[in-house]
Amino acid sequence: MNHALKLGVVDYSIIGIYCLYVLGIGLVLRRSIRTSSDFFLSGRSIPAWVAGLAFMSANLGAQEVIGMAASGAKYGMATSHFYWVGAIPAMVFLGIFMMPFYYGSRARSVPEYLRLRFDEKTRAFNAISFTCMTVMSSGISMYAMGLLMNLLLGWNFSISVWLCAGVVLIYILLGGLTSAIYNEVLQFFLIVFGFIPLVLLGLHDIGGWSGLQAGLARVATSQGYAPGVWSESWRFMGSTSSNPMGVEWFGMVMGLGFVLSFGYWCTDFLLVQRAMAAESMSAARRTPLIATLPKMLFPFLVIVPGMIAIALTQRTGPGALSLPSKPDGSLNFDLVIPLMLGHYFPNGLLGLGLTALIASFMSGMAGNLTAFNTVWTNDIYQPYIRSNASDAHYLWMGRIITVVGVVLSLLAAYLVAQFNNIMDVLQLVFAFINAPLFATFLLGMFWKRANGHGAFAGLVAGTLAAAVHHGLTLPAHAVAGIKGGWLGLVHVYPSEMAQNFWTAIFAWSAGFLVTIAVSLASGAPQKDLTGLVYSQTPRLQEENERWYRRPVVLGVLALGAVIVLNVIFW
Amino acid sequence: MQLDIRGPIGWLFTLIGALLLGYGLLTGASPASTAGGLNINAWWGAVMAVFGIAMLLLTWRRFAAAGKRST
Repeated sequence: MNHALKLGVVDYSIIGIYCLYVLGIGLVLRRSIRTSSDFFLSGRSIPAWVAGLAFMSANLGAQEVIGMAASGAKYGMATSHFYWVGAIPAMVFLGIFMMPFYYGSRARSVPEYLRLRFDEKTRAFNAISFTCMTVMSSGISMYAMGLLMNLLLGWNFSISVWLCAGVVLIYILLGGLTSAIYNEVLQFFLIVFGFIPLVLLGLHDIGGWSGLQAGLARVATSQGYAPGVWSESWRFMGSTSSNPMGVEWFGMVMGLGFVLSFGYWCTDFLLVQRAMAAESMSAARRTPLIATLPKMLFPFLVIVPGMIAIALTQRTGPGALSLPSKPDGSLNFDLVIPLMLGHYFPNGLLGLGLTALIASFMSGMAGNLTAFNTVWTNDIYQPYIRSNASDAHYLWMGRIITVVGVVLSLLAAYLVAQFNNIMDVLQLVFAFINAPLFATFLLGMFWKRANGHGAFAGLVAGTLAAAVHHGLTLPAHAVAGIKGGWLGLVHVYPSEMAQNFWTAIFAWSAGFLVTIAVSLASGAPQKDLTGLVYSQTPRLQEENERWYRRPVVLGVLALGAVIVLNVIFW
Repeated sequence: MQLDIRGPIGWLFTLIGALLLGYGLLTGASPASTAGGLNINAWWGAVMAVFGIAMLLLTWRRFAAAGKRST
């Protein structure tokens, strides 16, 4: 079956304009890169709204657009949990409670904060695992892009991957983090303007929200679920068997809403770096809070197209849509977005939609690369390989390692080819590495008695707990191997997602308990923790700020809005 | 700050918007099955161009204000 889209001159022109534009921004910014701080941290000069949109976009890579639309088709409105439960609360927590320590400590990276707060080994552990993770994520972005270009446009997989990687490499080499941040903002607006017409045309075609609900009810009943499962987010979360995610509310709230979400949003340097580049403490704290607004509205742009697509598969006659199958017979949900673009967009808009997709792949890659080169240079190369070199040397190293990072991600791209749903893979990686990390930060920032030995033991124990849990359990209908069960079989989960959530819960709990136990068994930290721990840090004065610039006010507004959204789509 | 990002955003959206608008007007409305008979290229191109120009106006206003302050 051939899904190739027919691109015209106008479509190629839009894609071409965008690529040249991106390189142009890099060229203009080249003049402003003089020190390693300019390259790695934008010289801490980014306004809050730019940092906020970049914060939001850095997460808006392949896994977001393709994966969330795929989940929208696979699970329906319940996918919104990844936003309204699995993102907003953690973003608010980061802005209000954690950013003062990240920004105030003047650390250049998350691992560096760990060194200031704990010790060298905790930092090394985090720096090494983080660099591996960013390379993997960047590889996933590239793989997804190459596959898509191949299926859609008939472009050669390797050529499209290398071309795209080349563009990203050049603009980062030229403009460093500023270049990445600016392109993330550009990409944010491209996604918004590329996807709004898709949602509008789709909803118009299917008969509005009620038409969509009717179509989704047919999808649900054809698979043996209650009619509202695809169009409501919470109502069918009572037990694992009543929804296609195979997840119940406790696993959802604890696994996704607490452990995975806080572990990702609050400790992932890829995101925190955007806020660290902000021009002031106040701007840094507002960065994730500003990002909550677009984040809570994005389900309508990325999940709804997936829902429309699956509803269209129930249609007969003209205007119907059929999802292609994978070689193993399961539906290929990752093609939902491209199919919808081809279904609704004429030439012209099609070019815009594809440009938005390409932009999201590129900025996903760029986000990982800028975080990777910073952590490598500041937290691995400088302390352990060559210290006391000149600033110019580290700037040079930053550029060299960016090239190495691209090559490593290309290798990673070929590794991820065997997974069914990109999102599930990422959740698995995050569960192993990030879930215990949030226990470390929570205790590090809010319990002054936590020490380096405790933190390190907690991280190792948490990561091991994740691996052991994954090794002892399997999702239903899966064979032992990459999906789990490689140590033996103790428990079978109804779905891969449920397994991932519980892996995270086990990892976090192990990390939390072991950090406390080992900290208590060894001595209290023997250093000044001012600016690093809550109880040792003077409260920030923000009475002089206008109300709409105060983090607490913005945070409360964001939480209020997200509760309203949850209730509306209950 | 080195470069106000609103400028580049403004130019890019004005450019792509104008391109879509022009293309839409030249080729006419797209087939009824996809856009309900609406000339979606032209309309959406216009929306994007308006957004782009608004961004450019914001940048220019800032420049003008900065120029006044420095004199």
